[in-house]
Amino acid sequence: MNFDDTPQEAEFRATARAWIGANAPKQYEEELRKSSLGRTVLKNANILEVAKAWQKKKADAGWACLHWPKEYGGRGSSPIERVIWQQEEGPFGQLSRMFIIGHGMCGPTMMAFAREEHKRTYLPPLASGEKVWCQLFSEPAGGSDVAGLRTRAEKDGDDWIINGQKIWTSGAHYSDYGILLTRTDPTVPKHKGLTMFFLDMKSPGVEVRPIKQASGASDFNEVYFTNVRIPDHQRLGEVGDGWNVSLTTLMNERSAIGAAVSTGFPELFEYCSSLMLDDGPAIEDRAVRSKLANWAVKASGLKYTSMRAISALSRGERPGPENSIGKLVAGSMIQDVATYALDLQGAAGVVSGEDAELAGRFQAMLLRAPGTRVEGGTDEIMRNIIAERVLGLPGDIRVDKDVPFNKIPTKGRG
Amino acid sequence: MNFDFSDDQKQLRDQARKFLAEKCSPKAVRVVLDGKAPYDKELWKGLAEMGFLGVAIPEEFGGAGAGHLELCVIAEEMGRANAPVPFSSTVYLAAEALLIAGSDAQKKKWLPAIASGEAIGTLALFEGKGNPAPKNVKLTAANGVLNGVKKPVADGGIADFAVVAARTGSSGRENDISLFLVDLKAGGVEVNNLTNLDPTRGQAELTFKDCKAEPLGAAGEGWSILTQVLDRAAVLCAFEQVGGSDRALEMGRDYALDRIAFGRQIGSFQAVKHMLADMYVSATLARSNSYYGAWALSTNAAELPEAAAAARISATQAFQHCAKNNIQVHGGMGFTWEFDCHMYYRRANAMALGLGSLSYWEDQLIDRMRKKNAA
Ligand SMILES: Cc1cc2nc3c(=O)[nH]c(=O)nc-3n(C[C@H](O)[C@H](O)[C@H](O)COP(=O)(O)OP(=O)(O)OC[C@H]3O[C@@H](n4cnc5c(N)ncnc54)[C@H](O)[C@@H]3O)c2cc1C
Repeated sequence: MNFDDTPQEAEFRATARAWIGANAPKQYEEELRKSSLGRTVLKNANILEVAKAWQKKKADAGWACLHWPKEYGGRGSSPIERVIWQQEEGPFGQLSRMFIIGHGMCGPTMMAFAREEHKRTYLPPLASGEKVWCQLFSEPAGGSDVAGLRTRAEKDGDDWIINGQKIWTSGAHYSDYGILLTRTDPTVPKHKGLTMFFLDMKSPGVEVRPIKQASGASDFNEVYFTNVRIPDHQRLGEVGDGWNVSLTTLMNERSAIGAAVSTGFPELFEYCSSLMLDDGPAIEDRAVRSKLANWAVKASGLKYTSMRAISALSRGERPGPENSIGKLVAGSMIQDVATYALDLQGAAGVVSGEDAELAGRFQAMLLRAPGTRVEGGTDEIMRNIIAERVLGLPGDIRVDKDVPFNKIPTKGRG
Repeated sequence: MNFDFSDDQKQLRDQARKFLAEKCSPKAVRVVLDGKAPYDKELWKGLAEMGFLGVAIPEEFGGAGAGHLELCVIAEEMGRANAPVPFSSTVYLAAEALLIAGSDAQKKKWLPAIASGEAIGTLALFEGKGNPAPKNVKLTAANGVLNGVKKPVADGGIADFAVVAARTGSSGRENDISLFLVDLKAGGVEVNNLTNLDPTRGQAELTFKDCKAEPLGAAGEGWSILTQVLDRAAVLCAFEQVGGSDRALEMGRDYALDRIAFGRQIGSFQAVKHMLADMYVSATLARSNSYYGAWALSTNAAELPEAAAAARISATQAFQHCAKNNIQVHGGMGFTWEFDCHMYYRRANAMALGLGSLSYWEDQLIDRMRKKNAA
């Protein structure tokens, strides 16, 4: 058991550190370090442009998408090297946030299912941040139950014609491409009639409408498809095999481990270390200490759980469903931490934004937190995954499993 | 980086698990639980023969000289089997105190006896209510004799010797406290067994009346030695707690697959599934924190005090959480004496208190984190 770098790892670290030191956009470092969790905004710059410039610079020097093969714009690095890079990149890593879906999910899905020529065409500009990708899965009628989606794809010669609607699509408003899950056969049970494509978001008939979120920001969108044409060669996997293809995407989402999950704890500890309460320093208050200690061990538990997972990865083991615990634990923790930080501020906690304590850091965290517990699978779905795939408990009863999709009763939303 | 046990260590774990499955069945645990024996003597002998008692004791003192990572591996299995033997008091507390502060003669006398299973040791620290603190030590030492009462003392009823915390000054500060070694079979100590939450590991009251004692470590150094002993024991106990958590989770999972209600396995009800998923989460976080503690312990890292407190809190919470929900999953059966659930529930809650309560360790953790941040 050790935390030491091997000689090769140490050399990799030193090279990465030197390159980052010489090339990172340092003028934004402080702002990135102090930015609110889940919501990075730069005051005097367009963050998308800053992020794209940094990603391009990394790609040109061979530091983009480290674990991808070189021919697709990566570096062919080991999992450990990827983690070392993340450690060294520090706050600048936040700039990659708008590429997470493309790099973590769309790219690997393309790698597994696209034609070779498409991989060579589309993957390098995805790696370099020149092209941004989004994931068009969820629909009003299909979130947790994503196989309940209704966007239709119908064959027309060598093309497919798409009609329907997606929702909560992160980054669709600045995306160039997307991977799209559609229904190609409504007469078979829901999981069997799905087919996956990738498409140009600028195709005629694609309309992106930003949605204002509960937090007030607009990071996700509704996307409407009206007679959108996708050539058949942009199909990923077989017709009717879209569910399996999407599972590859979702598995890859989990393997984005190593990217340390934010819990809000370091921010809260720092805050309590200097905060004065009516009766003295917060950090000397018994109740405050108890809360802090409980969150401290959750945060460290997550950190060392991901280190154990990385150790397993480096031995060649595949990331398993047990990695679902990161988001499950961090999601509600960040919400509780923010609530508590505001409680410590008393009545003043109600003020948000620039006028608030610490420029509203915890207020912003509070307002973003509910989304963390929903995106990429809700807490309940994460618990189901752990219960079924880690502990081997029976699957939920699925009354619509064997019913043709067009015979499933529909009521309510959608 | 390799944040895992080595293949050799995993092999040792398998070996220990197999041994304990054979020699420490729930039926064997119940002999002690039902009060028919103060501890499992056969098992104790077996553990000595396997070399498990002396796994972290250097060879020159009769041990296997393997190390603390190996001891962590064994500890996890002791917890998983709910072993009814004075392992924690003897191996984590008494032996560690000797390793840290014992003179060569003291080590030569007691460590080989521990490794061979001939001597049971313990730490006599508490005096009634309260957590580890210099001010809570009232027993006095003067001219080589001790006077006062210690309670509760884990395994005090069966121990051959005790490491005793005594007051040797009157300033009220840490350097008033010194440690002593007492041969409990030599007279001068009255032993009174206490009823306790977990009968598989006894508790006693020890009354010292002009009892002869020899110093362990330098005078006035007692508190600093104790702190080190408690930190090490916190990591080792955390592994027992992790083993216990895993076993409680496993029992709950197995029962949820077995038991049918409303025409379905109860494990297909989401409330039950989610309860078990949450048990898995807390057991996993505890395991990860404990691995970090094991690393710090085995390398004697500067991070040990913080890592030990984190492992302690996390593992205590996980074991309590898994043990109580294991009973819940088992329904009415879980609340019967006949089912084994309560043995883990008892052990979880007794262990939560043995080295000082959760609030004590919360305080320790925050103090240590502050110190680190200030540095
Ligand atoms: C910030 C954010 C970004 C997102 N980005 C994207 C994106 O880029 N692309 C994309 O495709 N989607 C995206 N989503 C959508 C997201 O994947 C879904 O919102 C999510 O999967 C939940 O689906 P739903 O909203 O339909 O909720 P529902 O499925 O309707 O869930 C409602 C409630 O029912 C519970 N529930 C549902 N099914 C079960 C079950 N089987 N057992 C127990 N409880 C259940 C849920 O846990 C929840 O509490 C994003 C969402 C958010 C909040």
